[in-house]
Amino acid sequence: MKTFRYIDGAAVLRLDVEACIGCGICVTVCPHRIFELPNSRAEIVDYNACMECGACATNCPTEAIFVNSDDGCGCAALIIDRWISKVIGKPVSSCSC
Amino acid sequence: MGIARTTYKVNPGLYCVGTPSEDSPVLVTANYKLSFDTLRFNLQGEDLWILVVDTRGINVWCAAGKGTFSADEIARQVKQANLDRIVTHRKLILPQLAAVGVASHELKRKCGFKAVYGPIRAQDLSEYMKRNNQADESMRSVTFSLGERLILTPVELVLTWKVVLSITLISLVSSGIVPGGYSLEALWGRGLFAIGATMAALLAGALVTPVLLPLIPGRQFWFKGALVGFLMGLAYQFLFLAEAHFPERLGILLWVTTASSYLAMNFTGATPYTSLSGVEQEMRKGLPFQMIGAGLSVVFWIAAPFLQ
Repeated sequence: MKTFRYIDGAAVLRLDVEACIGCGICVTVCPHRIFELPNSRAEIVDYNACMECGACATNCPTEAIFVNSDDGCGCAALIIDRWISKVIGKPVSSCSC
Repeated sequence: MGIARTTYKVNPGLYCVGTPSEDSPVLVTANYKLSFDTLRFNLQGEDLWILVVDTRGINVWCAAGKGTFSADEIARQVKQANLDRIVTHRKLILPQLAAVGVASHELKRKCGFKAVYGPIRAQDLSEYMKRNNQADESMRSVTFSLGERLILTPVELVLTWKVVLSITLISLVSSGIVPGGYSLEALWGRGLFAIGATMAALLAGALVTPVLLPLIPGRQFWFKGALVGFLMGLAYQFLFLAEAHFPERLGILLWVTTASSYLAMNFTGATPYTSLSGVEQEMRKGLPFQMIGAGLSVVFWIAAPFLQ
């Protein structure tokens, strides 16, 4: 998806290369193709294309990847609901998408 | 279009395509009827099994994001269908986008079946299986084509119609406030222009911005929407309010700009490339802009008849 780029540096994505066993599942599942596997260890080659879907972290067998774990698809209305609920302490109504 | 979408489901369980045997592949999908139908349509002429898991009628990617399309749910359906007695192999082909919710390395332990990830799109499945379950880069990449953006635009309109209706009524009623009381003539005269401005904002933020998305300058959606809304507001004035006086025109322009900005910002929820952290970051700039702008627009609109 080189035609669409979002805000650089915004995504929360960390890779612990020490913990990586080189299975390559992150390379397979990423819908934005941001991982590669040179020298049998995962490497982030296009960090700014990350949309925090979390597929890599969910499938990593050694928990070597961390992605922002707030779930949700990220529409503004849902985030506003969440901010309000933090202030008034009411649970968020679930998103309809 | 979201109408009765929650009841648009298939019963979970095992289904056949063609005449599958004990060696045939098993594909897994969500029980959203459109996902299931798209899959079957693209598999005409093949012989295989489809295991439909219960995602409460939600599509693969969203269900995986919400956690209903999970390793636990797949394991449950595998057992319920007695899949180990129907096929001799122990492999499931999952849609790639299910990876958000399915920890594939846990599946084997949970139900004895190993998961492999197929392509993102059902239309690539036949080619994927022909290549001995190998997907190329394009099969593994999400796209956001004009067509894909266009089919998502009505979703937002369906989700926001209640808000739009209340804003329309409020703007109509408040348009009748004039010096010395209330005027039904102003309610109709000015009210229609106010309603038209909301329609122009909808057009700008919920249709033009998504459709022209890659051509509009900027990366943040509140900015893209504001830009398109500003131009739409200018066009609206030029066409319908050429004779109105300045505060009225300013109010309209601010309203179309800020409402369009908000609607565009909300479209981030429908794109396949915006991160939640990024959306929160842009909302810290976009929301104050929209609230101040919309507040001022209401002040200008109501004050206009008193300033003549």
